[in-house]
Amino acid sequence: MEFLSDIASLINSTLRISTPLVFAAMAGIFAERSGVIDFSLEGKMLMAAFVAAVGSYYLGNPWLGLLLAIIVCVCLSMLHGFASVTHKGDQVVSCVAINILIIGLTTALAAAWFGQAGLTPTLNEDQRFLEIHLPFADALRDIPFIGTLYSDILSGHYVFVYLAYLSVPLVFWIVFKTSFGLRLRAVGENPSAVDTAGINVFTMRYKALAINGVLIAFAGAHLSTAVNANFFREMSAGRGYLALAAMIFGKWHPKTALIACLLFGFTDALQIRLQGVELPAIGEIPVQLIQALPYILTVVLLAGFVGKAIAPNAIGQPYIKER
Amino acid sequence: MSNIVVDKSKVPWWVSNVIVPLVNLTLALLVSGLFVFIAGENPIEAVKLIIYGSFGYIQGFAYTLYYTTNFIFTGLAFAVAFHCRLFNIGGEGQAYIGGLGVFLVAINLSFLPVPIVWLLAIFGAFLFGAAWAYIPAYLQSKRGSHVVITTIMFNFIASSLMIFLLVDVIRDTNQMAPHTVKLPEEIWLPSFEAFSGILGIKIRYSPLNLTFLLAIASLFFVWFLVWKTKWGYEMRAVGHNTQAAIYAGISPHKNIIIAMCISGGLAGLLGVNEILGVSHKIQAGFPAGYGFTGIAVALMGRNHPIGILPAAFLFGILYQGGSEVTFEMPNITRYMFVAVQGLIILFSGALENLFRPQIESFFVRRLNREVNA
Repeated sequence: MEFLSDIASLINSTLRISTPLVFAAMAGIFAERSGVIDFSLEGKMLMAAFVAAVGSYYLGNPWLGLLLAIIVCVCLSMLHGFASVTHKGDQVVSCVAINILIIGLTTALAAAWFGQAGLTPTLNEDQRFLEIHLPFADALRDIPFIGTLYSDILSGHYVFVYLAYLSVPLVFWIVFKTSFGLRLRAVGENPSAVDTAGINVFTMRYKALAINGVLIAFAGAHLSTAVNANFFREMSAGRGYLALAAMIFGKWHPKTALIACLLFGFTDALQIRLQGVELPAIGEIPVQLIQALPYILTVVLLAGFVGKAIAPNAIGQPYIKER
Repeated sequence: MSNIVVDKSKVPWWVSNVIVPLVNLTLALLVSGLFVFIAGENPIEAVKLIIYGSFGYIQGFAYTLYYTTNFIFTGLAFAVAFHCRLFNIGGEGQAYIGGLGVFLVAINLSFLPVPIVWLLAIFGAFLFGAAWAYIPAYLQSKRGSHVVITTIMFNFIASSLMIFLLVDVIRDTNQMAPHTVKLPEEIWLPSFEAFSGILGIKIRYSPLNLTFLLAIASLFFVWFLVWKTKWGYEMRAVGHNTQAAIYAGISPHKNIIIAMCISGGLAGLLGVNEILGVSHKIQAGFPAGYGFTGIAVALMGRNHPIGILPAAFLFGILYQGGSEVTFEMPNITRYMFVAVQGLIILFSGALENLFRPQIESFFVRRLNREVNA
């Protein structure tokens, strides 16, 4: 029975750890499907975490913190659009600028406002999101298998966990089943054809970036107002890049990106469990190697052992309207 | 949105290469001032402190040049790869591993006479940095894995690897902190104090050392390599138009590998300054963000050695003057200067065309008027 409950808690942590990755990967799909590279997921996630923590600390309500984070992240996405869509600047450079700016700004402002190097004050129970216990979770716990599934795996997560997995079919529906999604994909594949059809390429890309900003804000708020009760320096820890790698590995498709995100989450959940454990025949693995596992996995996945990734055709290229 | 069309051939070189970058830099610094204000300090006072801290006294100036040395290496590293259209964001990790190279060569060959062990250590730094850049380069060229993600991942992996080595393998076991033993004093690079005695200036301590000259030499090396050799031409051709380069018989694979290895090697040279010149041991996290700053230096310097030198100097001023600011102003931490770097990358990189058409057409019209008059 202990084995089963170990598995259950491993799946439980996988779902929780994958949540910011899922939001970020979905955000990445919107930007990149429209033809705009988005390495700035990392910076935006960090900014969202900072704004959500500071916002709910002052406003006393985590939902208001989330709202502020959404506004700020949409602004950052618009900045990325302003540089790379309107002014045709280099998209990767724009993302690198945003990431470095945010790493510096969040830590500097936290230090200036709260006097601690890159920390925001700890949020109390009213100021943060709490775990949601699904109805009858306690009563059903003793039923074999179904009880474990319902009470130990599905119940007891933060609201973001449920939202993240609900967002996947929603994103799939928007991108592949609506006319907006058709235009979005067309803008990323062949912008001049879309322009000929009378659709404004620039507006489409800005819309995609706005949705991207909303989604990534959830990832940041999850980090600082749900799983943690404060913001700390560089708390996104490369998750934006992992999510991007998951999205590329998932071939810019919500369902496969979700699987890749879960794989990353599982590796991360496993690495926490493996620390300090003596493995048969190998002995204790150095903790640094275990911590590096998600990053090594990213490199391995990107090396494309499952076939070459084909990006949207017009990705990274600014659209220049013919006169 | 501007619809100004400027005939590029009529724009004088100094407008596009001096005036426009200066305008962009000014914009970045203005926004930085705004952030300083938001943090609750007076931006004008901060500027005064920066100028005093970096120029006001000889020791401060020596620090400025020491930082400049690091930024020349990491700036050149980013620039070389960029000419092949590769974004080497991994300068941080390559510098870290380069430091390992310097240390291993220096500690194992410390019996050799001084200039020889220096040269070998420099070679070791270059080789280790290059090796760390080789894998992302290979994956980019053969498997199409985006070099930005892989180099970032290699930064994380380098950090884990180095911590592992520092804690479990090469740690000075007499100390608690994770760092190695010191190199023997005979093979330290002479610092500025030694020279200042000859010049009749007395200073207590400065981290500025002979590596500064290596940095200047690297500027010439990169200029020669990228603009004066066949390989440099091929590399720029691949960066400019890969398809055309293939038709001309140039191998993108070979050039991507070479560009990234030279880039990583240059980043690795940071280890020479930090380990052979200053701390004489490997400390955890010694690249301290210099690798990332290199991106801003290169973009501000328009990826050319002539531009990188003043850009590196400017960042030297910001770093050294910045430490004066953090000392005097409790609300400003060194992270504020990380944000300033981000703004400089934004305005001189991504938003470089913000006012370019207006400025260029302004000067073209004025010059035309002078010709007509």
